[in-house]
Amino acid sequence: MSKIFQHLVSPAVPVPIENIDTDQIIPARFLKATTREGFGENLFRDWRYEADNTPKADFVMNNPLYSGKILVAGKNFGCGSSREHAAWAIADAGFKVVVSSFFADIFKNNALNNFILPIQVTDAFLDKIFEAISANPKAELEVDLENQFIRIVATGEKESFDINQYKKTCLMNGYDDIDYLLSLRKEIEQYETTRPFNF
Amino acid sequence: MGKTLFDKIWDSHIVASKPGHPDAVYINTHFIHEVTSPQAFDGLRKRGIPVFRPAKTRATADHNVPTLHQDQPIKEALSRHQVEMLTKNTSEYGVELYGLGHRYQGIVHVIGPELGITLPGMTIVCGDSHTSTHGAFGAVAFGIGTSEVEQVLATQCILQYKPKRMKIEVNGQLGKGVLSKDIILYIISKISASGATGYFVEYAGEAIRNLSMEARMTICNMSIEMGARGGLIAPDSTTFDYIKGREFAPKGADWDKALEYWKTLYSDADATFDKVLTFDAADIEPQITYGTNPGMGMGITRHIPALEQLEEKERPSFKKSLEYMDLQPGAELLGKKVDYVFIGSCTNSRIEDLRLVADFVKGKHKADDVVVWIVPGSKQVEAQAKEEGIDKVFAEAGFQLREPGCSACLAMNEDKVPAGMYCISTSNRNFEGRQGPNARTFLASPLTAAAAAITGKVADVRELL
Repeated sequence: MSKIFQHLVSPAVPVPIENIDTDQIIPARFLKATTREGFGENLFRDWRYEADNTPKADFVMNNPLYSGKILVAGKNFGCGSSREHAAWAIADAGFKVVVSSFFADIFKNNALNNFILPIQVTDAFLDKIFEAISANPKAELEVDLENQFIRIVATGEKESFDINQYKKTCLMNGYDDIDYLLSLRKEIEQYETTRPFNF
Repeated sequence: MGKTLFDKIWDSHIVASKPGHPDAVYINTHFIHEVTSPQAFDGLRKRGIPVFRPAKTRATADHNVPTLHQDQPIKEALSRHQVEMLTKNTSEYGVELYGLGHRYQGIVHVIGPELGITLPGMTIVCGDSHTSTHGAFGAVAFGIGTSEVEQVLATQCILQYKPKRMKIEVNGQLGKGVLSKDIILYIISKISASGATGYFVEYAGEAIRNLSMEARMTICNMSIEMGARGGLIAPDSTTFDYIKGREFAPKGADWDKALEYWKTLYSDADATFDKVLTFDAADIEPQITYGTNPGMGMGITRHIPALEQLEEKERPSFKKSLEYMDLQPGAELLGKKVDYVFIGSCTNSRIEDLRLVADFVKGKHKADDVVVWIVPGSKQVEAQAKEEGIDKVFAEAGFQLREPGCSACLAMNEDKVPAGMYCISTSNRNFEGRQGPNARTFLASPLTAAAAAITGKVADVRELL
């Protein structure tokens, strides 16, 4: 897993469904691994494969026309369980960016902690992206983290997105939260002396 | 200006708040389980660092454990390995484990409160989204990912942005046969599965105050199902009475000091919330979901929305959901045949839930072609149920009383609802495949589930009381 994200131009894989929960991203029965790798093959498992493991022809990931490092999904993406396996599955399947018009909080944190960039766009811009991909499955999107915009290459339409400056720095440089927290050890020990109880 | 309860607790746990950084928040209690912790321990191993405060983390095995024959080795190799890894990791890093066979074992959100580990004013996290359950005690409790589990193991802190504050008031009195599960399903159906995303919710109002601790836990448990970071309820005499005397609760002079502090834990009269919603308990009837997210719910006598009642944009996802459920827009659910009944999960598997169900089914028998699984939340709940003779009531009714675990809530173990079958479930999620590939879930209260067990159909429990 690359820990640095700065700039990307790629076609995208569209899943225009709302409220995609983490049980769809990675069903619970595939959470039994004790490592972070290998979850990509079960990404969207029950939408992607029949019970006998044959690929479902109508699911976008089984359509060779669609590929790329950007996943585009309907609003409220990643709701439900806190399982970070959802972010690991998305990363393991080769995605670096997820675009939606709304993200669930825990998923957003999990994505950022795995150097996947969640980009929240407006409903209108999300529709434009889906339209562009529908017109041409190879339509490319440009994602520029430093300047915080996403652009539909074919039409030039773009929208800026918000990202917390701390998380932006982490992504652009490959820093993680534990490095920072470990640097606070003195403050943490000091804090502990001020509390009368364990609460 | 006054502070909300959430702000009081959050602000008193900030270790560092540096410009350009999220708050570093101190965590009082960290719960872990077998599914979301192994990769976090691996992370510590790679960094070569210990668990910073091992006494503040407690572990149990719940998510993938079998609910039959727990005295025997787990048959399924991957599940067994995951549980063994938990044993190995907790032993190596000095963390207390209530594993299979231990008298305290159970669903992590059931055992914390019943052991008196969960206390008012605490910050509590766990790699599980239903950690919001512990908010019922007036704690700031929320679910986290595995990278964050590693943060807490390594530093007893977590980096978080402060969420916004929402107050949800439920005023008035609940009607007969309406439980706290119906309150929360009703609220979620009104504000949607993402209606509280970005917020931490405080529940208040007469109908909330009148609830027992178990019932409050059910409400806070499902905060995440409307997207909230967590939910909490100000502690009061109901809370203090519940905690007093429990295994790990403060005792003697410590209790007195703690109580003094806990009594300061409420939202000040002039505190402001970013959003306030108000509901009337009298409007709430027993609830049931018909779709594939918890926001797709309704009163049990109502009809599923017709397509015309929805905006054009919402229709594709709605249709996909009803196709999965094999239900028609505009249809009613009363009288719909059910195949399975699951009473369990961190939402509704406490002793009070089992007592309610037992009182209702006493002297009755389940419908012939329904399978009924009762899965207690913990070994202690199981023992209590046996002590009260509840196990016999269930046996006579044809219900299977199994051993503790998360079970068919997420079907990680063998407790799967077969494809195409309908299960009325007291759990928290009706997502596609949640209870097994192609299984169909109706979320409801323990009483509504019990009514379905007896009649074999979706039924209005109020007519059976």
